[in-house]
Amino acid sequence: MNIIVCIKQVPDTSEVQIDPETNTIVREGVPAIINPFDENAIEAAVQLVEEHGGTVTVISMGPPQAEDALREALAMGADEAILISDRCFAASDTLATSYVLSSAIRQIGDYDLILTGKQAFDGDTAQVPPGIAEHLGIPQVTFAIGLEVDGKALTVRRLLEDEFEVTQVEMPAVVSCVKQMNEPRRPGIKAKLAAKKKNVQVWDQTCMDVDACLCGLDGSPTRVVRTFAPTRNTEGTRFEGEPKETATAVIEALIDDKII
Amino acid sequence: MGIYIDKPKCIGCELCIPACPYGAIDMVDEKAEFNENCTMCGACAYACPTGAIVLEMAGKGEVDTSQYEGLWVVGEIGPEGTLAPVTAELIGEGRRLAADLGTDVSVVLMGHEIADLADVAAGYGADRVFLVDHPTLGRYRTQPFTDVLTGLINKHKPEIVLIGATTMGRDLASRVAARIRAGLTADCTELSIQPETRLLEQTRPAFGGNVMATILCEYTRPQMATVRPKVMTPMEFDDSREAEVIQVPVEIDEGSIATRILEVIKDETGSDVNLTEADIIVSGGRGLGDPKHFALIEELAELLGGAVGASRATVDAGWIPATHQVGQTGKTVHPKLYIACGISGAVQHLAGMSSSDCIVAVNKDPDAPIFNVAHYGIVGDLFEVVPAMIEAFKQRRGE
Repeated sequence: MNIIVCIKQVPDTSEVQIDPETNTIVREGVPAIINPFDENAIEAAVQLVEEHGGTVTVISMGPPQAEDALREALAMGADEAILISDRCFAASDTLATSYVLSSAIRQIGDYDLILTGKQAFDGDTAQVPPGIAEHLGIPQVTFAIGLEVDGKALTVRRLLEDEFEVTQVEMPAVVSCVKQMNEPRRPGIKAKLAAKKKNVQVWDQTCMDVDACLCGLDGSPTRVVRTFAPTRNTEGTRFEGEPKETATAVIEALIDDKII
Repeated sequence: MGIYIDKPKCIGCELCIPACPYGAIDMVDEKAEFNENCTMCGACAYACPTGAIVLEMAGKGEVDTSQYEGLWVVGEIGPEGTLAPVTAELIGEGRRLAADLGTDVSVVLMGHEIADLADVAAGYGADRVFLVDHPTLGRYRTQPFTDVLTGLINKHKPEIVLIGATTMGRDLASRVAARIRAGLTADCTELSIQPETRLLEQTRPAFGGNVMATILCEYTRPQMATVRPKVMTPMEFDDSREAEVIQVPVEIDEGSIATRILEVIKDETGSDVNLTEADIIVSGGRGLGDPKHFALIEELAELLGGAVGASRATVDAGWIPATHQVGQTGKTVHPKLYIACGISGAVQHLAGMSSSDCIVAVNKDPDAPIFNVAHYGIVGDLFEVVPAMIEAFKQRRGE
């Protein structure tokens, strides 16, 4: 089976802050990583191909440096990598991004399954996987925690609010993966070196059939008009000492505040 | 935007007919043709094997925004057939926004045997309810819900559509927005109307809660947003309120739906309270030392009528199912009270709970980062402090 995994290079969000002077995001010096949920999708794809045969193609839309994320995916066991990079794709929102990715997937053509992470760590929207599925006109199964393939039938265990749902669908389909699905492998030095020598194709808009009006800023109906730092609670009350006294003091405070 | 049939490509296979939820396709001279029931939902385009049915997308600036009016809330129905709390919250918020716009609030309810929920939606403030009742809609599935909702939106043209940012809402809203090429903002925590433009200002956290962003959809309609549960306030329920109920007849063929649900496994751990809807959450972390000590967390949660949460470490260790995980890789929660026991407070955990109204932290380590976000911090051994909290609460309650 042929699997396409869509990944994104994201800034390590734990180090992203707002500049209080300018209210803009400070990205300088913030390390770039593979979106953590996408690692689960890569792992799931590699495991499926190990079991059923086939190839894993990993694709990413982003600036030239996103090639690093693709090389990491190759080191994890992906067979091929394509970087989708063009100035006219810049500033795409989730709709335009899913349109560009689906156009690249159409161009690749021969696929049984498309795997993604459930959402990207920077935007946290979870809107791209259904967008890709809609643009390709195939079913989506989101928030997957388990996957089984039997012929053309795909059985997915989904992680919902307080239950698990087992859904069956015929491939091709788009499946988005949650963190608890598997433990992504950590490639060794040898695999990393081998991945460095592999070819990462770079596709611009001329490599696929895309309508430039539906990409980038022109194809994005949403616009961020303001960013600012969240207000955080910093003035807490701290209790130390006898557990009985501290526990009672807090329970009393919660009752007085009508919280419990 | 529009939909048309490329007649030479139509082979008369009739696959589009069962796919249409609105009974809008007739065969004329062995070719498909739309009748007046067509809502341009696009379901037929996906069923067509030859690409003869073409959905045309609008480009930027091509949408006549003045044609769109009214605020819609897409209802969610819980497993027990009741209206999900987030729907009541969105109706409440919808009323405030609709008042600023001088328009009204409609609620779309899709499900099976749900007629009584129209009154519930009315009691929470809906002016109008679109009721779509069909056996295939008994449990949420992407395809039929997308087809039905897209059809309703195309026909009635609301200017704003709000959906709960639940697993259902995030799945459905994304698919519908992609089909109709509408702007969609995920996981909003604040909504307002810009007076001069009448645009919906949608504010949401990004970058793991480190950044807040305000987003506008200027050129497309409806303006769509998913909204986090527990953030908006519902109106007081008033059963004397009435709403206009519009029954929407649909024809959906089970055979044309791509997905089948084989099984639903309820998570029996902890209390019955759904984490993302809970007013109170008691969470346990690595400090519990052993899976059996979650019993202590469950006891306090049950006493307070809350839900049981967990840190990623405890879920990774297999102490508790993944449904309980709070944090950036688990669930984002916004309860009135969050009690973190034996949780150090890694950045990823804080991203999922730091917007709780009140945070209590119990931890042995006085330098644990969880204390930086806690309103009340107790430095101490959770095995002494938590039982003492249980005792103190029982005493105050007069037991």
